[in-house]
Amino acid sequence: MTRSALPGFAIATAVLIAGLFFAFTVGRYPVSLSDLLNVLLAKATGRTADVPAAIQSVVLQVRGPRVLAAALVGAALAVAGTAFQGLFRNPLVSPDILGASSGAALGAVIGIFFSLGVLAIQGLAFVGGLLAVAAVYTIGSAVRSRDPILVLVLTGVVVGALLGAAVGLVKYLADPYNQLPAMTFWLLGSLAAANVSDLLPLFGPVALGTAVLIALRWRMNVMSLPEEEARSLGVATGPLRIAIVAAATLTTSASVATAGIIGWVGLVVPHLSRSLVGPDFARLLPAAAILGGGYLLVIDTLARTAAEVEIPLGILTAVVGTPFFIWLLASMQRTWS
Amino acid sequence: MNIEGRDLTIGYPDRTVGRGLNVALSTGEVLALLGPNGGGKTTLLKTLLGLLKPRAGEVRLGDKPLENYSIRERARVIAYVPQVHISTFAFSVETVVLMGRTAHGSLFSRPSVQDRVVAQAALERFGIAPLANRPYTMISGGERQLVLLARALAQEPQFIVLDEPTASLDFGNQGKVMSEIRALAESGHGVLFTTHDPNHALRAADRAYLLRDGTRITDGPVATVLNREQLEVLYHATVERLTDPDSGAVAFLPGSSRPPAKS
Repeated sequence: MTRSALPGFAIATAVLIAGLFFAFTVGRYPVSLSDLLNVLLAKATGRTADVPAAIQSVVLQVRGPRVLAAALVGAALAVAGTAFQGLFRNPLVSPDILGASSGAALGAVIGIFFSLGVLAIQGLAFVGGLLAVAAVYTIGSAVRSRDPILVLVLTGVVVGALLGAAVGLVKYLADPYNQLPAMTFWLLGSLAAANVSDLLPLFGPVALGTAVLIALRWRMNVMSLPEEEARSLGVATGPLRIAIVAAATLTTSASVATAGIIGWVGLVVPHLSRSLVGPDFARLLPAAAILGGGYLLVIDTLARTAAEVEIPLGILTAVVGTPFFIWLLASMQRTWS
Repeated sequence: MNIEGRDLTIGYPDRTVGRGLNVALSTGEVLALLGPNGGGKTTLLKTLLGLLKPRAGEVRLGDKPLENYSIRERARVIAYVPQVHISTFAFSVETVVLMGRTAHGSLFSRPSVQDRVVAQAALERFGIAPLANRPYTMISGGERQLVLLARALAQEPQFIVLDEPTASLDFGNQGKVMSEIRALAESGHGVLFTTHDPNHALRAADRAYLLRDGTRITDGPVATVLNREQLEVLYHATVERLTDPDSGAVAFLPGSSRPPAKS
């Protein structure tokens, strides 16, 4: 082992706990730390808390589902980004760049257009994400090139643009009074509408996808080597790649269906996690999940408190993510081949 | 046990690289694959590794065709040492060597205590145990080559196939890798390596296979096939033969030490 991963995990966990407290206590209706603990403890033990009903309602009904959704969505995007970066051996790829997000967005927008239920929207988002990544991958590997990773990333950008146009078409056709504002706000990324009924359809796919990836953690280490090397080490790269892409796309699409497109989390958090616990997926995946949850909690709390109106999440993550990407591009140039 | 390529036509779906190749490698011996760039060395190597299907002919491993082995079974018999590369992620040297144990575990398993023992032994054999905790990205090219050798050894294979193991190494490390290759054969491994330098074949190999434009020029024991005439045919270049008066060891230099005649 390179070094102890404990300090790294401690930092990630501290960020998550700080994010949880921040998200629960800060807002238009401030909740004190002791009231928060009181309510949560009461909820956990099943007795009634001796705090005003309004505070209980803020913690449990108003902020509770949103806090859980933010933590899950952040974890899902971070885990998917970690998997994609390893699989494509490139620290610059993320679910947004490979078309998974835009494919899932198109699926979900179509679901909203036809006024379908939560599960159907989830299903369409997953199918859309999977089809988009499959298309990017098929086209990317059909184009013969000296630099297949670059071709793949460029294909992802191009397919993403096409899917973006399709999303635009659906928006254009949507009812401008009821559907369009919802779509627009949702596409920019928002957890404002997250409620208790969203949690299970979000948690299920995220837990399943993450469990599959964690089960494959050692194989994922080997998969981050060049293809022929991985095969000569005894890894059937073809089937395994499909399994990893499906699992990562599942977590991505579940989060897109719940919270819209929140870019950059899947790029930034894997990097921060790698610098905390190293590149071994056995530690990297859990660390990314924890840190991703904390990261999005902080961002979401800023989104609802920093201004008079809610700031869409996608805008805030982009403000953080863009400079990060440029910094990465400048500093990584020498170390990736 | 042996690996045998019978009447192989090698290449890619859109391009045939070589024809009529017969190659065999037994455990305990070293075979060097020599030839100019683009002559098919790497393609032949990948075909014998099972990474590339032969266009015609057959590769046999032991008493079965190579394609009857699963990817995992194959990795427990043949290890591949690619050219030294920079890895994308900064895995520790120990993790890289442990990756050699992958074929000995199941789909969902992590390296066991036993795997760590094997990896540690491989690190010690090549004298790189002190590097175990260093990131693979932060060590020298020569050290990386030894790490990849240790990873191959950790696979506990019968055969080790190396693609230009000396290409990016300094003079001293070239010698070190040559003697490690020799030692692998002494410990019962069959070793196949490609090289640009006939002297490396003389140093480390029992037999040499000379390949040009996808056809065999000759093959056989290094002492007989590596001579000035064959090398000039192989490389289409002038070659000079040197002999150490004390040991009698032979070496070849490309080009000529005489200045070109003035006309």
